[in-house]
Amino acid sequence: MTAQDNTPAAGTPARTGDGIRDILRSGAVFILLAALMIGFSLAEPAFINLNNLMSILQAVSVVAILGVGVTVTLAVGGFDLSIGAVAASSVMAASYAMIVWGLGTAETVALVLALGAVIGLLNALLIVRLKVPDLLATLAMMFLLTGLQLIPTAGRSISPGLILPDGATATGKYDPAFLTIGRSSLFGIVPLPVILMAVVAIALYVLTERTRIGRLLFATGGNELATRLAGGPTDRLKTLAYVISGTLASLGGIVVAARVGRGDVSSGGSLLMDAVAASLIGYAVLGLRRPNVLGTLVGAVFVGVLLNGLTMLNAPYYTQDFVKGAVLVGALALTYGIARKA
Amino acid sequence: MPLLQAKSLSRSFGSTRALADFSFSIEPGEIVALMGANGAGKSTFVKIISGVLAADGGGLTFKGRTYAPATPAEANTAGVVTVHQSTDLVGIPGLSVGDALLLNRFVDRSQPFFVSRARVRREAQAMLRDAGFDLPVDRDFAALSAAERQLVAIARGLANRAELLILDEPTASLSATESRRLYQTLLDLKNRGIAILYISHRTADLEALADRVAVLRGGRLVETFARPVNFDQAIETMIGRPLASARPDARAAGGEPMLELSGARLLPGSDPFDLTVHRGEVLAITGVLGAGKSRLLCAIFGNGVLAGGIMRLGGEAYTPSSPRDAVDAGVFMAGEDRHRSSLMPAGWPGEEIAATISLPHLTRWNPAGLIRPRLEREKAKAAIRRLGIRASGPDASVWTLSGGNQQKVVLARWEAEPGRLLLLDEPFQGVDVGARHDIIAAIRSRDDRATLIATSDPEEAYEVADRVVTMDHHTILHSHRDGNASPVRSRETTQ
Repeated sequence: MTAQDNTPAAGTPARTGDGIRDILRSGAVFILLAALMIGFSLAEPAFINLNNLMSILQAVSVVAILGVGVTVTLAVGGFDLSIGAVAASSVMAASYAMIVWGLGTAETVALVLALGAVIGLLNALLIVRLKVPDLLATLAMMFLLTGLQLIPTAGRSISPGLILPDGATATGKYDPAFLTIGRSSLFGIVPLPVILMAVVAIALYVLTERTRIGRLLFATGGNELATRLAGGPTDRLKTLAYVISGTLASLGGIVVAARVGRGDVSSGGSLLMDAVAASLIGYAVLGLRRPNVLGTLVGAVFVGVLLNGLTMLNAPYYTQDFVKGAVLVGALALTYGIARKA
Repeated sequence: MPLLQAKSLSRSFGSTRALADFSFSIEPGEIVALMGANGAGKSTFVKIISGVLAADGGGLTFKGRTYAPATPAEANTAGVVTVHQSTDLVGIPGLSVGDALLLNRFVDRSQPFFVSRARVRREAQAMLRDAGFDLPVDRDFAALSAAERQLVAIARGLANRAELLILDEPTASLSATESRRLYQTLLDLKNRGIAILYISHRTADLEALADRVAVLRGGRLVETFARPVNFDQAIETMIGRPLASARPDARAAGGEPMLELSGARLLPGSDPFDLTVHRGEVLAITGVLGAGKSRLLCAIFGNGVLAGGIMRLGGEAYTPSSPRDAVDAGVFMAGEDRHRSSLMPAGWPGEEIAATISLPHLTRWNPAGLIRPRLEREKAKAAIRRLGIRASGPDASVWTLSGGNQQKVVLARWEAEPGRLLLLDEPFQGVDVGARHDIIAAIRSRDDRATLIATSDPEEAYEVADRVVTMDHHTILHSHRDGNASPVRSRETTQ
């Protein structure tokens, strides 16, 4: 569909074509998104109904929150592969805190967010202090967490009445207030996870694009030496990025836990890949060719719309990964290949 | 018969004519220097003859036959070899010098599929013997100096039966001794009948080498000077206006001492030295590459430490532990190689002129945390006016600027806030003569701070500084010219 939209403009050598081409390049993803939505609503009128649109946003909210975290680490020239595992560990930690320790909502949320921040700090310690390359450090952290989350329960999923490794039975249960994080809606229309996603996206958009911290984060990723020689605290900035990404991943985990209502050992399986895909698709948004929070959000929504629409048109569930992969390949080709030539 | 002849070549980029009706020829065994300010058309011409660009009009003959290389590989096969300014790309760190020398033979399948170390060493040594160079074949390419990398590139070209060698600013990162060694090599090659097209901003190079100097301006060949070349006249032709004379206005070190080093040691084993820079003074340190100039500047900037001795800034003890400390204390530094040390990559946030200038001052200019784009733009506009930066505006990317204008932006960054000491490491790298004069004037116009410049080119040192000291083996040797002693005019020293 991209190709069809682009060809007429790309083929016009006239100067007036440049303006159109620019608009097409920077708006390609938006135009495609609009085209998809129109197409899906024509094929299946139920698609455009408000509840369905909200359910799309709700479905992508966790991926978008994690994707924003990845975007921040990409901005400092790093990469956080541990976010999926952080989110999964957070689901387990939240469940464990409530069901085994019997903690309330506030304590649980604070504890889990702190867990994410500490994991971010550990990542930063490996990367900044010990100079482990970021991909390797966060990949190792991913393995570590994937294994660690199984140990307290001896590999069992956590639900009320859990039998602990020492034979005792857990007495706690999910706090109903905690469940509202994942299951309630504002005015009965906008799900709370969607609001969380919007708050995270707006806050991080402002931080990365409008503040001096954001400028310094990007500067660190663009040219670390130059930033340090300009007096920028590059080590602290990188640490900040990984702490943000870890904390956002644990927030994503909280949303998952509050939605599912149990600590499932297999939760968060595809979160990492989906979040990375969203931030990479984001490179194509506005033709920026760099990590950006708005793009990540649009990338996540784009994939969500596509999957939801295809599901409504009875596309089988097992084609989902193929569709995501195709979108990512298309977006990267648009970002690096087609857009540059134009 | 000329080896290479260009007849009314032209090439346009959009509405800019980079080359217009350009005619030129070079004989075998001749060294011709191309001079021209940035944008004069030198690199366009070189790109056309080395197969990177095609000409719009006109034609080339090489050894009497029509020559229109479509790719650099085609130009290489024909015998036209270009050695680029940046020699990092000649080999691969981790592979040996021998591997780097044989790199294109691996590509063109003239080497068997299985390569043995012994064979690589043998063939590489043969190549070096033919070229007359002495290089360690087994060393890691990454361990070579810039000069040695230059030689690897040349040797590879010669093994490819080069008849025309194009050198783009080959001495930009070489010390004086290394440059002299390169001159000797090039003169040997000339005696073997190889033609050399030499592009440089350095008059010392051209003086030592060039049989002819061709001056380009606005895409045209304006004038050709034969040996002995009157360089003052050549430079005036090149920039199209008379040159202001060099330093008749050297100032005495009258201000109070701004930076004082006593008993400073750069390395644990090196000799200690004292150094004082005064307010309102421009002090230049010259010395060969690796003499310790950059190490000294880095230590003062907190990006390294002294092995011994004490530093005082404005009379108070000064021990910066990071560039951040130094910047907070009013010590600023524009590092060597601006692309690496100062600029953001193209297409990345912060590549704009305004953002480049504001990077170290973000906290001071944006105390609330939110970026104030208007303030940043105003500051950039003021710098563009003051330093005569040729740019479309404060939002233009630094990558759209010429080398000289980029350097002006870097200087503007550190002039945007009042500082006490400005450190400049090789500030004239890849900067054309016109921009160099503007930069020197800007540096010298300030008397509220001290300026310390490191340059491996003594001429540049005399051109910019009130006082020049020499550094060798990590220690300061002696002062060439103190205070208000009679100024040495830079160009007189070489004529």
